Amino acid sequence: MLRGRRRMESTLDAQSLISISLRKIHSSRTQRGGIKLHKNLLVSYVLRNARQLYLSERYAELYRRQQQHYPDGAPLLAMPACPPPPAPPELPVLPLPADTQDREVRSCAAVRGGAELLEGPVCAAPPELQRAPCRDSSPGFYRAAGSAGPGGGGGGGSSAAPGLLYAAGCDFGTGGVPHCSSRTTVLDLDTHVVTTVENGYLHQDCCSQCPCCCQPVAGLASPPPAPGTKRKYYPGQEEEEEGVEEGEPGGGGVAGGPPFAPCTKRARFEEYSAEHPQDSSNISNLISIFGSGFTGLVSRQQADSEQPLNGQLCGKQALASLGAWTRAIVAF
Amino acid sequence: MSHKQVSSPPGESAVDWCLYQLNGAAEFEVSDADIISTVEFNHTGELLATGDKGGRVVIFQREPESKNEPYNQGEYNVYSTFQSHEPEFDYLKSLEIEEKINKIKWLPQQNAAHSLLSTNDKTIKLWKITERDKRPEGYNLKDEEGKLKDLSTVTSLQVPVLKPMDLMVEVTPRRIFANGHTYHVNSISVNSDCETYMSADDLRINLWHLAITDRSFNIVDIKPANMEDLTEVITASEFHPHHCNLFVYSSSKGSLRLCDMRASALCDKHSKLYEEPEDPSNRSFFSEIISSVSDVKFSHSGRYMLTRDYLTVKVWDLNMETKPVETYQVHDYLRSKLCSLYENDCIFDKFECAWNGSDSVIMTGAYNNFFRMFDRNTKRDVTLEASRESSKPRAILKPRRVCVGGKRRKDDISVDSLDFTKKILHTAWHPTENIIAIAATNNLYIFQDKVNSEMH
Repeated sequence: MLRGRRRMESTLDAQSLISISLRKIHSSRTQRGGIKLHKNLLVSYVLRNARQLYLSERYAELYRRQQQHYPDGAPLLAMPACPPPPAPPELPVLPLPADTQDREVRSCAAVRGGAELLEGPVCAAPPELQRAPCRDSSPGFYRAAGSAGPGGGGGGGSSAAPGLLYAAGCDFGTGGVPHCSSRTTVLDLDTHVVTTVENGYLHQDCCSQCPCCCQPVAGLASPPPAPGTKRKYYPGQEEEEEGVEEGEPGGGGVAGGPPFAPCTKRARFEEYSAEHPQDSSNISNLISIFGSGFTGLVSRQQADSEQPLNGQLCGKQALASLGAWTRAIVAF
Repeated sequence: MSHKQVSSPPGESAVDWCLYQLNGAAEFEVSDADIISTVEFNHTGELLATGDKGGRVVIFQREPESKNEPYNQGEYNVYSTFQSHEPEFDYLKSLEIEEKINKIKWLPQQNAAHSLLSTNDKTIKLWKITERDKRPEGYNLKDEEGKLKDLSTVTSLQVPVLKPMDLMVEVTPRRIFANGHTYHVNSISVNSDCETYMSADDLRINLWHLAITDRSFNIVDIKPANMEDLTEVITASEFHPHHCNLFVYSSSKGSLRLCDMRASALCDKHSKLYEEPEDPSNRSFFSEIISSVSDVKFSHSGRYMLTRDYLTVKVWDLNMETKPVETYQVHDYLRSKLCSLYENDCIFDKFECAWNGSDSVIMTGAYNNFFRMFDRNTKRDVTLEASRESSKPRAILKPRRVCVGGKRRKDDISVDSLDFTKKILHTAWHPTENIIAIAATNNLYIFQDKVNSEMH
């Protein structure tokens, strides 16, 4: 169909724009005179626009496919209450680094009426989908790079419905309660190290809160790690931080922190996670790399085939296909 | 696609521009440091200052009229050259600070000396330019070379006499305003009170006293508590030409904020916000980039503001916040090329804009060494080119035309053959006369009104 082809073209345009934008951001770090805040801000807007288009196209396509797979019953994947916006909506703030899943939820939020993206309920969550607060509500990186599983977007509450769509990599286990439901794989453009992060935490942190982890369930309302928890951080990166902004980056920033909670899941995590699972510093490094206004991380689904993905076919497809083209970006 | 007329021939009342002089090396000799980064006339138009990427400032002075050499009159000759800024290294942040001169602003002349402010990304400097054309001769205690005389040879007293000498222009740094900015300084503006000035970086605006270098007041701060919440930066700012309490700053989102310093010490809250809602049909990946304002200038009257964004120039009435009173398309044919302009970084070019002395004509630069003028009264516009080939001295500049398809006339340039490496970012208009200074890479073109130049 012509419509399909046009959609494909715009998706490809969006992809190439994303890679071009990331390349610009990366090269701006070595430019003489330091990082140009204005230019990086504008590039991040293009990045955001391209990603929104890409994801909305993807989302629509997945929903269509899902309709084909499950023509009768209640789909596991619910269409969010708001359709993908026809044009990138005016977001009141630049979103924090987030995984791909989160982007769509945030778009929803904006369309819903410009609610502060990172706070408050956005799309209405179906009551049957309860959330495990496998994440905290601290400002900064962790708040944003959160699961779309138990909760989407921001600190308050978010739609779980679209979150479920993208909860690939989520181990539903027995109870259907998502555990560490979304995973972000982050590329550090400095060292080309890839880190896999669950819900914005390293797996080790997350585990301590999740019901299906080794530790006893503290209840779904167990408090997340302290918002102020800082992470270890290489001194060499400080300069980049400083170059972009004064002082430390906001929110769940970076500095020496408490040791990670041990967890039996950790072994499994390490099995299929990237080279340096403890390199949380890479995440903050990426924040500094992209400067202020960074809107998203490059994601690459790591070994999703190894995860049980019951009923997560569509999500897996979405992320697998993301992997194909983001590998090109990895080369940069 | 139909042929789009993008310029109109000059009418009888329009100005005929001709090249008056051209300064700068031929293009194959250009080094990065020679690229002109700012151009500014002083308040009388007698002096013209340029700054370049290498941190140098060159000041040109207009030759006064003289009956003896009529062909030299009105010519701008080099008056002084000095190194204003040097490259620096911030050891704390491991950042190199470029020596490129971002802006030069002249102070109103208050005595025989001239003063100007020049700034790079971090440091603003006040320079005093003085002339010395006499020197005392006939000292009693020292000889012509300054050596002490043998007292036994001194037999009589004489009064030293001032004798003329070759003009010597001395430039001295009188003040250095350092450490005021964390981010890159993009503009400076001298207040009409002639005592204070402001400097703006991406997130903050500081108010300085010209005599005090160890303190400045922060009057605007748009840095969010969490840098990840950043959505816009300050792109340009200027004091009102007459009201010493008013200033305007533009943002990357395309809005203008007029602030009144009487209202509060910190002018984070604007008095007026000038913003035009975006046309949703023009929405694209690059909407945010092309709406970013690259320059803002008050009219001489103080009634209007002129802004430049990537594709347009707009005239705003201070009394109307909802939309500009006039919008002029500079090069709308680029709208379909934004993607490639993004790839080659041209979309980030910051063009400046200028008013003429009577605020009736506005001017701005474009690509291919073109610059555009819009007459606000006749609504006519013209595209001219600053190039060695097409400008014979004293020959009238021929209007240029960019064709976007369809019928192509002779001498038209198609959009695809535009040279995007030749951009005119910096232009200046003499405060009272029809003389314009155009910076094209490393070359400074000075064009004059044919009528004007014939009078001399």
